[in-house]
Amino acid sequence: MKFLTTNFLKCSVKACDISNLNFPLEYDGSKCKLVQNEDIEFQPEFLLNILDRIDWPAILQVAADLGNTSLPSQKPELHTNMDELNEEELVILRDLHTLLLQTSITEGEMRCRNCGHVYYIKNSIPNLLLPPHLA
Amino acid sequence: MASAKEEEYVHKVYNEIASHFSQTRYKPWPIVTKFLNGQPVGSIGIDVGCGNGKYLNVNPNIFIIGSDRSDGLIKCAHEINGQYNVLVADGMCLPHRDNTFDFAISIAVVHHWSTRERRVQAINHILNKVKSGSQILIYCWALEQSTSRRGYHEGMEQDILVPWVLQEKTKKKRDTSDSDKSKDKKNLIKPDLSGIPPKERALYMAKWKKEQEDIRIEQERKEKESQQIRHEEKNEITKYRYYHLYREGELEEDCISAGAKIITSGYERDNWYVIAKKP
Repeated sequence: MKFLTTNFLKCSVKACDISNLNFPLEYDGSKCKLVQNEDIEFQPEFLLNILDRIDWPAILQVAADLGNTSLPSQKPELHTNMDELNEEELVILRDLHTLLLQTSITEGEMRCRNCGHVYYIKNSIPNLLLPPHLA
Repeated sequence: MASAKEEEYVHKVYNEIASHFSQTRYKPWPIVTKFLNGQPVGSIGIDVGCGNGKYLNVNPNIFIIGSDRSDGLIKCAHEINGQYNVLVADGMCLPHRDNTFDFAISIAVVHHWSTRERRVQAINHILNKVKSGSQILIYCWALEQSTSRRGYHEGMEQDILVPWVLQEKTKKKRDTSDSDKSKDKKNLIKPDLSGIPPKERALYMAKWKKEQEDIRIEQERKEKESQQIRHEEKNEITKYRYYHLYREGELEEDCISAGAKIITSGYERDNWYVIAKKP
């Protein structure tokens, strides 16, 4: 599961929707195995538009869960037009590409900070199904 | 119970037939492809009930998260392409926040929920996940497919069990006795209302109908069981999936009930489809 996916995963338990603790899930850094895939191609325009759509505080939180505290506290503000991007901005996008798309969690677990339910990632696939008593 | 029926005739079956099913699902349908290719670069969407993921790399310039209730099918998707963004989740309990996505698709999935209420609820749940003004594309199997080999057509029972024959590769026998055709000749028994006071007749009728339905389901089950045994003798195992076959106009009705605004609708490959917008 790519790091970017963590920005779109909340707890499946409906009752947790009234809490704002159900997103992002809390990743167990000691159990999560990270893999880097450098084959994924860098597409600046794609990334620029993705950046516009992500929840930055959630990115910071998950990155910190996984031991990365080097990200800027505010979402980088870049030119919205591709042609206006300068070198510095391209470096930022490239770093984000490395984090969001090239980094995957292949094994691990994450829990809801509201209800405490634990979900597992096995063989890169997160399983968000609930046991019958929670569904 | 509706969810128990889905567990037995949808969830379990897809896991049992996953790898065989996956081998037969590789060609994207044209309208789905067009819908996905029409999304702007960097759009983020969901494919609810993505199966083996055949729509996940149609457009490499968008980010799609595919989910399916069947971990067997999700495993197939991951084996086909390790870069697919897939997860196991229930379509009624999607692990995404509301008002988040630029688009959503759900191809040949909603027909597996076994009551109208649940189908509308499922469409509404998908609709909740996209942003206001975003579009969703839904496909459901059509009742009107008389040109296909299955031959379902108008006037037939809409809630059916569809056989999936699993067989050993070396034996290419095909079962031609189509059990679904026999369903047309339903015995038309009428209840005897002569001894019932008029005021109680409606209640009596409702009870009677429910009883008849239970009898029908039980008969169907027995029939399938004996058929399954016959197939096993030939190294074939038939699994049954529950479907609600949509009649013309019904998918639009369900989407409207779910709170969507219809943009366009039509028929493709034995399916009805709707492109609808979240208001």
